[in-house]
Amino acid sequence: MDVRFINPFVKSICNTFETMCSVPVTIGKPEIKTDNGPGSDVSSIIGFSGDAAGSVALHFGFDIASKLASKFAGIEITPEHDDFADAIGELANMVAGGAKAQFEGVSVSISLPNVIVGTNHNLSASKSVPRIMIPCKTELGSFMVEIGMVLTKQPTGLVAETAGATS
Amino acid sequence: MKIMLVDDSRTIRNIQKNVLKQIGHTDLVEAEDGVVALRLFAEQVPDLMLVDWNMPNMDGITLIRKIRETNKSVPIIMCTTEAEKSRILEAIKAGVNNYIVKPFSVESLQEKIEQTMSKIGAAQ
Repeated sequence: MDVRFINPFVKSICNTFETMCSVPVTIGKPEIKTDNGPGSDVSSIIGFSGDAAGSVALHFGFDIASKLASKFAGIEITPEHDDFADAIGELANMVAGGAKAQFEGVSVSISLPNVIVGTNHNLSASKSVPRIMIPCKTELGSFMVEIGMVLTKQPTGLVAETAGATS
Repeated sequence: MKIMLVDDSRTIRNIQKNVLKQIGHTDLVEAEDGVVALRLFAEQVPDLMLVDWNMPNMDGITLIRKIRETNKSVPIIMCTTEAEKSRILEAIKAGVNNYIVKPFSVESLQEKIEQTMSKIGAAQ
């Protein structure tokens, strides 16, 4: 995992939730994911392809997901609401888009969001791409952002560093 | 004034609708992708369009290029998470009149819409 990808996500998470939900986010210490957990109830996943490949996943409990979706949409949105997955997916879309705009010299495309809803599910990811878990705390509750990115092409306009893609 | 909102996210379309209603626009038509937007466009040309970039079936940039093949005048605001300069230039080249990056504040969306509309008014 190239650590240069972490800061763009941190900035984008804060910007997205502050701007769209009026909810400031406090970022905890990022850690390498060592197992399939922690279980979550709602996950929104966006894939990246191009000069870098990987994905970002936002993991929520039902309560915080409902509260954030409601703040975002301006109406009460429970997990049963028709727009619940749409709202959660769009928030992940904004996090991914905001981060990729900061990947200097690295051109990537993002996929459409996929949203998984199910009590206490786990996300298993390829062992070949180390995953970083970023704890996010808000006044409404906490959630996690999981990222796994590897460079597939040396970025332009950057001083060459050790690729570090498999640290 | 008829305004077409093209975005695969209903939540985003609802936010846009609320902003537009606040500034007095109620003649709104919605499309969830470029294919639906093109069909609606053929039925009646709107006075303004808000278009997302990443959508299933047909993305926003393809939609705009297709519209500009036959219509150079309808004002189009691109509203997207695509924030890189290269993307903005690509959109301008395709024919957008204004550009707003998600996440956006309600105020900034309102400002871009009003800015674009005042340009239309000035041109008429």
